[in-house]
Amino acid sequence: MSTSTAQGPATDVAPAPEQRPGGRLPRWAPWAAFVAALAVAYLVGLATSTNVVLLVIYTVVIGTAGLYVASRIVEGPRRAVDRLVTCLVSSAFGIAMVPLVSLAYEVIRRGVLRFDGEFFGASLVGVIGEGGGAYHAIMGTLIITLLTTLISVPIGLLTAIYLVEYGSGRLKRAITFFVDVMTGIPSIVAGLFAYALFVIFFGAGIRLGIMGAVALSVLMIPVVVRSAEEVLKLVPNELREAAYALGVPKWRTIVKVVLPTAIAGLGTGVTLAIARVIGETAPLLVTVGITNGTNLNPFEGRMATLPVYAFYQLTQPGVPPENAIDRAWTAALILIMLVMGLNVVARLISRFFAPKTSR
Amino acid sequence: MTVTSPPQEPTAPPPVRRPGDRIFSLSAKGAGILILVILAGVTLFLLAESFPALTAPAEEIPGEGGLASYVWPLIFGTLLSAAIALLVATPLAVGIALFITHYAPRRLAQVLGYVVDLLAAIPSIVYGFWGIAWLAPRLVPFYRWLEENLGFIPLFAGPVSPTGRTMLTIGLVLAVMILPIVSAISREVFSQVPTLHTEAALALGATRWEMIKMAVIPYGKSGIIGGAMLGLGRALGETMAVAIILSGSAAGITFALISSANPQTIAANIALQFPESTGIDVNTLIASGLVLFVITLLVNMLARWIVNRRADFSGAN
Repeated sequence: MSTSTAQGPATDVAPAPEQRPGGRLPRWAPWAAFVAALAVAYLVGLATSTNVVLLVIYTVVIGTAGLYVASRIVEGPRRAVDRLVTCLVSSAFGIAMVPLVSLAYEVIRRGVLRFDGEFFGASLVGVIGEGGGAYHAIMGTLIITLLTTLISVPIGLLTAIYLVEYGSGRLKRAITFFVDVMTGIPSIVAGLFAYALFVIFFGAGIRLGIMGAVALSVLMIPVVVRSAEEVLKLVPNELREAAYALGVPKWRTIVKVVLPTAIAGLGTGVTLAIARVIGETAPLLVTVGITNGTNLNPFEGRMATLPVYAFYQLTQPGVPPENAIDRAWTAALILIMLVMGLNVVARLISRFFAPKTSR
Repeated sequence: MTVTSPPQEPTAPPPVRRPGDRIFSLSAKGAGILILVILAGVTLFLLAESFPALTAPAEEIPGEGGLASYVWPLIFGTLLSAAIALLVATPLAVGIALFITHYAPRRLAQVLGYVVDLLAAIPSIVYGFWGIAWLAPRLVPFYRWLEENLGFIPLFAGPVSPTGRTMLTIGLVLAVMILPIVSAISREVFSQVPTLHTEAALALGATRWEMIKMAVIPYGKSGIIGGAMLGLGRALGETMAVAIILSGSAAGITFALISSANPQTIAANIALQFPESTGIDVNTLIASGLVLFVITLLVNMLARWIVNRRADFSGAN
């Protein structure tokens, strides 16, 4: 710092000729600009119409423009552009919050209407109009998600172990690359794959719960591999070497040393992977179908699942549409709660099962 | 050490081979190979099931114009909706990533990151619900305004859809859905920009924006592109939100974004038609799914290539 001031003090105070030396807006200038903009926007709003969305848009636009002009006069163009970009970047974040907040609000507002005991206790058998529930769909979702987890976690975990502990050369590179590619498979294509696979054995038009589990596994395995791989890489090599030095076989080192060290991260990864597939609709739509009754056997006939249930209740609500649409929103609310709950559980796992740092 | 010379394996032999080791390493390797088999299986089974549609005479395909004329409007709709989503989402996502990495207070940054990631956790069907019930009706006045003032551009030609369930709505919903992934990857790259670069820029008297323009953006450019491509891959394959919002309006190829006649996308078309289809129709839908698979595969491979290429030189600073 001292050298640069020694060489040319002018660069620090007035780097460009167009900037007025010493001119800075006070710290409260941005707030003042937006309060003033709100006032102006309110007046404009009175002239045309009172709309909260328009008011906010006017405020942001007028405030940004005002701040830019003020800064350009007082501080010169370079700082003015800087302030303009600050406003733009902050509003980008603000815009991203709009869907999140409005979505949560809308789903909760419409979902609580049927958030009652009957919804969790009854199926849709013989229900026309009022009443009915999603017991069958909730059970179906739980069963299929459980099966998916049972298929995906061993395969995903073993693959991650292979990639981190054993893998080398071309096979490792190929698996890494194709796991990445697999994360990009559209969910509907995974569903079509499961259908195409089972059609060969069971004939056209087949719908089974296990098909849904296979389809979801195609989506879940790469997520498990990715997260498990990241976590296993974090296990310090010293731990492995210490175990080898004591003569512990490699597989016991992995099972007794590496995996327990990484258990928090693995738990978090698996939970997030479950959260990712539990709301998948499209693959279940083409593989499991929908039914009104309770079917708890994934190897026999159609099953109802929560996302597909929500889809059909919304798009094919029947004659008095309000009841089915209310059920659809409650199903959507439960889905969101499941996903958010799993996310919270994942964070708790990583907090409480994290390896003790005081070794 | 009495157990000597067990059958040799292709992998590098450790000094002592125990049966437990062999079983474990083989099962780990087997799981890895199984993933390759699954991916090959996806391709093969889709090919096998779409084969009847590929060879069927043109009259038997729905629409009676042959497979190409059935799939082409769907491909068009898929690409159009994904392109809108990408155009809207990329600048927003870069802005969000910059806000979190360089503008927000340090202590808040992580929490804000979680909040944006929440957008990724919401199931796609719920986005469909939100799009049709909350977003679409609120966009109608905006579409009216577009038609009145910019109606001379073919994109905004009327008549405006009274429900707001249009191609532009889909594009906006998809943009929200891909926002988290694009911003997550941009964020990761931005936070990896060497402190030396940013501090050098600031030390030369650059404002924060000039520092970002000179140090952060050039360093993170390939990350932004790669993230945008991954987002594109996701937007192309998105099913349920499109299926809910665009159900019942398949209008072939049109660039009108705000009218009620809109092209359908491949994925949404499958979701809407598949449950009621039988015979050759199913094979046709699977063939269209194969097309979608190939498109997303190419986009994702390109994206991974761009992102990974960056990873190679990032250490060499």
